[in-house]
Amino acid sequence: MTALPSTAKVSLARTQLEVKEFFREREQLIFTFFFPIIFLGIFAAVFSSTDFGGGVTAATYFTPGMIASGIFLTSFQSLAVTIAIERDQDVLKRLRGTPMSAQAYFAGKIGLVLTTSIMQFTLLLLIAGLLLDVDLPTSPAKWLNFLWIFVLGTASGSVLGIAFSVVPRSGKAASAVVTPIVLLLQFISGVYFVYSSLPGWMRTVSEIFPLKWLAQGMRSVFLPDGFEAVEPGGSWQLGTGAIVLSVWLVVGLVIAQRVFRWTRRDAG
Amino acid sequence: METETAVRVRGLVKRYPDKVAVAGVDLDIYRGEVFALLGPNGAGKTTTTEILEGYRRADEGEIDVLGSDPGRAGREWRARIGIVAQTTRDEPELTVAELVRHFAGYYPSPRDPDEVIAAVGLEEKRKTRSRKLSGGQRRRLDVALGVIGNPELLFLDEPTTGFDPEARRQFWTLIENLRTAGTTILLTTHYLDEAEQLADRVGVIADGRMIEVATPETLGGRGARTARVSWLAADGMREVRTDTPTAEVSRLLAEYGGEVPELQVRRPSLEDIYLELIGSTPKELEGALR
Ligand SMILES: Nc1ncnc2c1ncn2[C@@H]1O[C@H](COP(=O)(O)OP(=O)(O)OP(=O)(O)O)[C@@H](O)[C@H]1O
Ligand SMILES: [Mg+2]
Repeated sequence: MTALPSTAKVSLARTQLEVKEFFREREQLIFTFFFPIIFLGIFAAVFSSTDFGGGVTAATYFTPGMIASGIFLTSFQSLAVTIAIERDQDVLKRLRGTPMSAQAYFAGKIGLVLTTSIMQFTLLLLIAGLLLDVDLPTSPAKWLNFLWIFVLGTASGSVLGIAFSVVPRSGKAASAVVTPIVLLLQFISGVYFVYSSLPGWMRTVSEIFPLKWLAQGMRSVFLPDGFEAVEPGGSWQLGTGAIVLSVWLVVGLVIAQRVFRWTRRDAG
Repeated sequence: METETAVRVRGLVKRYPDKVAVAGVDLDIYRGEVFALLGPNGAGKTTTTEILEGYRRADEGEIDVLGSDPGRAGREWRARIGIVAQTTRDEPELTVAELVRHFAGYYPSPRDPDEVIAAVGLEEKRKTRSRKLSGGQRRRLDVALGVIGNPELLFLDEPTTGFDPEARRQFWTLIENLRTAGTTILLTTHYLDEAEQLADRVGVIADGRMIEVATPETLGGRGARTARVSWLAADGMREVRTDTPTAEVSRLLAEYGGEVPELQVRRPSLEDIYLELIGSTPKELEGALR
């Protein structure tokens, strides 16, 4: 018998299919892809006369938060919602009835997250840099930080999204269950506000979750040196951030492997 | 391990918290045959089929599908089967051609996507997103995705639900071609004409038990197909079963000396036999007609 198509080939085909579907699905496109971009535009306009200190404009201050929140949306929200729908609609069941490997399926999801998040932050940076006069960092060290924060952020967001996809009881409920949680995390993690201005208890809660560390890491990249003085601890806390994100990555991976299923709960 | 039987099941039992869905079913499906599983709603057809496909776990019984236990079988095994489930929904934003082509990429030796699209009659909808297909067209897409991998064994769970008569004929042709090519097929259907047309053998399942397995011609046993002569007698409708309907009619002709009121001679269809088998021939109704 002829050999099965290689996992690499099927993974690539899955990625292309996933990306195609993503950009055809209007709701996804608006709520996970364009949301941070729209919000950056709104904040830049609303707080156009506010000085965030040291000549930092609203656009500059909110760019890192929007990049962080974009990463969280394209990984966690996107996967939690779409996989829940795919499961409910028997799309996963049908895939399970073919020789497609599970690795290829997840590779396609990772391919989707990487493609959409890279496109998203590129667009954000272009708009911030060209239209909103944000000074983008030039030092390689900062971009290196950006890289590992991005990788850890998308990876942990993805595995958590895959795990969380079993929570909504139906495909219809998926958006309604996932979106408010993401919104809440965005509020307490300082995506929409100056983080240090949030009440202490709120910051304490946010420290448990990945988005706070993702946002803080991105601030370290995009805000001028010396701005860490404004952070609650007086530092960017990159080490702690790396640890928290890694722990979420490992925990998410373990949970995702345990709870992921190809069929609905009531499938028998 | 190659055997004569593509599917061999002994003592299959599946229990749900409030229902024994399959209560000890034996089943052999020979290589190259089309086997139709018939039975009323809730009889256990889908449950049985999905156990054979590896989706559900049996509680008891021996199950062998293409030489493997479906619950443990891997990707090589899945490459040899094709599945059209009773209920499926598609990725709404992808077109017919995109989906069929993409699924072809999962299999070692798939059929030609364009030929498959043509065989299910969706050429004109190639570039239509599946969200915009009609119910019957979506079902045809399901069939296309089920056969694209060129399976040795094909499971079809009520594949023609929602098909218009022409689409059903077209589907029959597709199945006949697959059979000619040597594909083994397990088909569940509520259309008795479909079973009669396509199946080499039929199995009737009711309340989780296999009542009978036979060819469509011999189902119900000897005599099931004997002719029925009915007419309107003075005290209401009368019906007799006879191997010599002509003699019966000439006897009636002599008795009435002319037109026999409401005279009918008919042979029970597969549907009549099936209904009798599953015990839903309305006996009271028959009595009322006498
Ligand atoms: N996942 C499930 N959980 C609980 N009970 C189930 C489940 N699936 C099926 N059943 C029950 O098992 C019985 C057999 O169901 P099944 O779907 O196999 O019937 P079927 O013969 O395919 O019927 P139909 O012709 O309506 O498709 C039914 O009584 C059904 O309610
Ligand atoms: Mg069924």
